[in-house]
Amino acid sequence: MALRNKDLLGLRDVPREEIQEILTTAGQMKQFLTNNQKKTPHLQGKSIVTLFYENSTRTRMSFELASKYMSAAAANISASASSVQKGETLIDTGCTLDMMGADVIIIRHPLAGAPHLLAKHVRSSVINAGDGMNEHPTQALLDLFTMQEAFGSLEGRKVAIVGDVAHSRVARSNIWGLVTMGARPVLAAPETLIPMDMAQLGVDIDHDVDKAVRDADVVMGLRMQLERQQAGLFPSVREYTRYFALDERRLALAKPGTIVMHPGPMNRGVEMTSALADGESSRVREQVTNGLAVRMALLFLLTRRTAQ
Amino acid sequence: MKYLLKNADVVNPAGESGRLDILVDEGRVAHMAAQIACADAQEIDLEGTNLMPGLIDMHSHLREPGYEYKETIATGTRAAAAGGFTAVAAMPNTYPVCDSEAVVAQILEKARAEGVVKVYPIAAITKGQKGEELAEMGLLRAAGAVAFSDDGQPVEDPRMMRLGLQYAKNFDALLISHCEDKRLVGNGVMNEGIMSAKLGLAGISRAGEEAMVSRELILAETLHTRVHIAHVSTRLSVELIRQAKKRGVRVSAETCPHYFAATEELVEGYDANTRVNPPLRTEDDRQAILEGLHDGTLDVIATDHAPHHRDEKLVEYSLAASGIAGFETAFGLSYTHCVLGGALGLEELVQRMSVAPARVLGVEGGVLAAGKPADITVADCRQEYTVDVASFYSKGRNNPFDGWRLTGKIRMTMVDGKIVYRDGAVVI
Repeated sequence: MALRNKDLLGLRDVPREEIQEILTTAGQMKQFLTNNQKKTPHLQGKSIVTLFYENSTRTRMSFELASKYMSAAAANISASASSVQKGETLIDTGCTLDMMGADVIIIRHPLAGAPHLLAKHVRSSVINAGDGMNEHPTQALLDLFTMQEAFGSLEGRKVAIVGDVAHSRVARSNIWGLVTMGARPVLAAPETLIPMDMAQLGVDIDHDVDKAVRDADVVMGLRMQLERQQAGLFPSVREYTRYFALDERRLALAKPGTIVMHPGPMNRGVEMTSALADGESSRVREQVTNGLAVRMALLFLLTRRTAQ
Repeated sequence: MKYLLKNADVVNPAGESGRLDILVDEGRVAHMAAQIACADAQEIDLEGTNLMPGLIDMHSHLREPGYEYKETIATGTRAAAAGGFTAVAAMPNTYPVCDSEAVVAQILEKARAEGVVKVYPIAAITKGQKGEELAEMGLLRAAGAVAFSDDGQPVEDPRMMRLGLQYAKNFDALLISHCEDKRLVGNGVMNEGIMSAKLGLAGISRAGEEAMVSRELILAETLHTRVHIAHVSTRLSVELIRQAKKRGVRVSAETCPHYFAATEELVEGYDANTRVNPPLRTEDDRQAILEGLHDGTLDVIATDHAPHHRDEKLVEYSLAASGIAGFETAFGLSYTHCVLGGALGLEELVQRMSVAPARVLGVEGGVLAAGKPADITVADCRQEYTVDVASFYSKGRNNPFDGWRLTGKIRMTMVDGKIVYRDGAVVI
């Protein structure tokens, strides 16, 4: 099955069968990784560029290794080292990469909608690796993959997402993906960190983390950036951890067999205790490997589409 | 040149309406009657059209001096003429800011030399729009400023706004308030709500507008003076103004076509041409704006014509300049959404786009009668057409209604008895 669009800009408009196709393909890709097979021919002759306007370690590395493991020519540009600092527009930078023959441009940008703007102006496929507060679709895909590994179908599964939902592209992409796959996301955060009207998106919101976590199949923590406290969105880390941190007591309220997830990087002891992050239920490390598998699958499916 | 305008259906709420011929001579309406014959006048048959007193836009940005790359008085007034406007008021956020007699004089001189419609400068309330010291309202008024506004840099300090309103009473000067508490707006770029949640864009709280509307109403009420509220966009703002008017507060208010023709849904896809300040709101707000127009809470439809260079819109949504180049879609949007939509009759539309702005600004126009200036707009209200920004006279092509089907097309614009626009072309 081919993907419908040339780009992956977000999960909001991706239909269920396409998400499943990516996840199923990721399962095959994971086999290569499990077998320590790190030179496959899937992207032979393809050129993959990462264009990052924000710092990133794991996402960029994950895309870069995914490209290299599948024999693509991979290059990366970071904003600090590029013409961006000379004032070049996003469209100009994108067109330059396009004209150099990039088959896929993977972009991370601090402003929502930047990948959408780029995609309109280039022939290359564009993958959104995070745009402002909007979406981070490959993170959500790896999260869905991790959940499917644990449970098979996600139908009816309760997924508690706890933390700074308002500023989280991970949360948004997960909400779209989970709703599409039939799961039941429940958000918990201080009211100042929940976007207005979020409830209309088909999710439950609970200001009491205990209730949100109760009987959850998945407990997902979100990174709490400490600048949010300085911006006045919550009064202190002390108060935040008291009411919103994920800890062992709260985890005990979840369903037996629950899994603990976090997109990283983590503020240990703020949004999640180390006991949880490193505990038996944690899938945090597995998420990293799954991220690679999902990105391999996506790059393969997108470039296969352009070859057709 | 003497013109005999024949067979139009005259819509003239402040004067005589109906099927009338109009004789125009020496820049003025010489005679209006059911049948006029005049051998030495050029006869123009306007069968099937509506003839109105010239439309007046009390809120626009002509960008000159200082931002001629966005628009000039020459291009802006041509766009206005194409949109059926015979007069436009220009906001002071030029460079330098219109806060001195020199800049007022410069704008008036440019308009006289290069403009094709009347231009009324609006001067700043405070020097440099900085909100710190009052501008010289008396001298500015004498130089030709018709009103005062800090527009997009609204006076933040309530004491300064109060002083401005108080001081303006000496000169019967009108203050126009762009209501936006920047502290509540923060880094927002679109309406805060379901769409900003979906699109991951920072939201602009409606409270930013409504809190300042409340402040201006209270200040005007306690000072027994008048104030004009610019580009009203939310239901609560409409309601606050409605209640204030009931109490006898001397407030007038305007809205813009994009607030009754579009909603935040249009931001889907991140087209920066939808970025405007205040932002496009919700369907509920849109309905409230139409109700406000219907019951007269909103006196005026203005364009907030805000042309920008293409490069300022072809960027990430949050980096894009705010504003819509609205002269050339204002009448079509208003006719389609207010008149065909049922909120206003054509006569009331002319009230909102000509009679009321003339009254609020205290300028000539808004009525056709013998002896009055021949500022006349003719529209074909049956004609459907597709908006094409490429055909704009404005330098600004930043208009999110490109490709929309509208009804109600401007056929002719006459300023002081001179035809400046006719059947698709500026003719001067």
